[in-house]
Amino acid sequence: MSAAPILAAFRQSLVEAWARGAGALLPLGFLGGAAVLVPLGIGSDGEMLKAVGPGIIWVALALASLVTLERIFQSDAEDGTLDLWLQTGAPVSAIAAAKTLAHWLSAGLPLALFSPLLALMFQAEANTALLVNAGLYAIGSLAFFFWGGVGAALSATVRRGGLLISLIALPLYVPTAIFGALAMSGGPGSAGAPLFLAASTLFACAVAPYAMAAALRLAAD
Amino acid sequence: MWSYFANPHKFLRLSDWLAPAFYALGAACIAYGLWQGLWVVPKDEYQGGDIMRVMFVHVPAAWLAMASYSALAIASFVWFVWRHELADIAAKAIAPIGAVWTAMCLSTGSIWGKPTWGTWWQWDDARMMSVLFLFFLFLGYMALRAAMDSRQKAARAGAILAMVGAVNIPLIKFSVDLFTSLHQDASVITADGPKMAAVYLTPLLVSAIGHSLLFGGLVMTRMRTEIRQRRIARLHSRELEAL
Repeated sequence: MSAAPILAAFRQSLVEAWARGAGALLPLGFLGGAAVLVPLGIGSDGEMLKAVGPGIIWVALALASLVTLERIFQSDAEDGTLDLWLQTGAPVSAIAAAKTLAHWLSAGLPLALFSPLLALMFQAEANTALLVNAGLYAIGSLAFFFWGGVGAALSATVRRGGLLISLIALPLYVPTAIFGALAMSGGPGSAGAPLFLAASTLFACAVAPYAMAAALRLAAD
Repeated sequence: MWSYFANPHKFLRLSDWLAPAFYALGAACIAYGLWQGLWVVPKDEYQGGDIMRVMFVHVPAAWLAMASYSALAIASFVWFVWRHELADIAAKAIAPIGAVWTAMCLSTGSIWGKPTWGTWWQWDDARMMSVLFLFFLFLGYMALRAAMDSRQKAARAGAILAMVGAVNIPLIKFSVDLFTSLHQDASVITADGPKMAAVYLTPLLVSAIGHSLLFGGLVMTRMRTEIRQRRIARLHSRELEAL
């Protein structure tokens, strides 16, 4: 067994994400659009925006992962790429993890890096905490993408699978959303929350690839 | 051991008398629980007066919500490892019934909560949140099965999802507990309720047994229906082949 198929899957996903027009800018546009709608929807009161800002960014990250994940395995299942992956002999879980990771690099990480700017728009104080939060968003969104990837792999052969993915993934997003929001609240008990966030992400990275592999074998049948 | 139970014929023969027995016993237990709960048991002012009588439905529903997801996960695991068709039939039968009991737990909880705590829904109550996410797990499971185009695929996809959900439940529960323990306002609910007097406890346990029996009976009936539907489909296809 060689690592070549895994690297190829990684590269293919990255190239696909960049080749289609705006690349990583498109998810950023989505995040910006979603975030701009919030003050329009709930009012422009500064204190309120400051309070809900971090939560809005978490919700936007979760939505961005759901919207972009729909096609990650579906196109592979349709055009036969998936069958080729399965024939290479490389572990399917590793290929699924590589594809999910590439996907996160092109759609999740840019959003996390972009978050300080959005936080400023939500009236946050300009200090180093914003950079720490960007790191937390990056860690948390990785879990979103891995659990979302399980949903995407399970619904790879389903038409209009996007709605299904959100229903499947919603309960799995709960721990990340709670730990993430807790880590940024600064309230009592928030000291250990970043560690819990990291632990739940590691758990997702450890469990999700095997579920994705089982689901992809099913999609290829 | 599984293989003994995996035989559909044995299951049909067993459930032929077991399901009606479950219905009869379950109806008797639920009737006793309701009679005791609605007319006999003294009301508890501390738990909101007469409204506390909803407990004799609410608590069994909560117990069954958790038990039915456990049953779903176990059935999925058994199917995934040993590929016993009966386990998949059981999982398929359990999901909607479990979802109904989960919804019943949520709705009776809301009805109980409004007069006693002054709110239909409390975001910082750990148990409410856990049951809500359990409900979503059931919904996702059913939606996924319905979306698959063949029975075999539905079984495999459903089993994967049920197992992923099951390994996540401790994490979800932990995070929700952490989330809710930070909110100081625990006044709405005491830690585990007051020490329950036997006058409440006995009807409650009888009612819980009754609900469990009804659940078991319904699952068996749905499984029997499914087995027969599959048999009909097989007979149809054989007829078509003979043409």
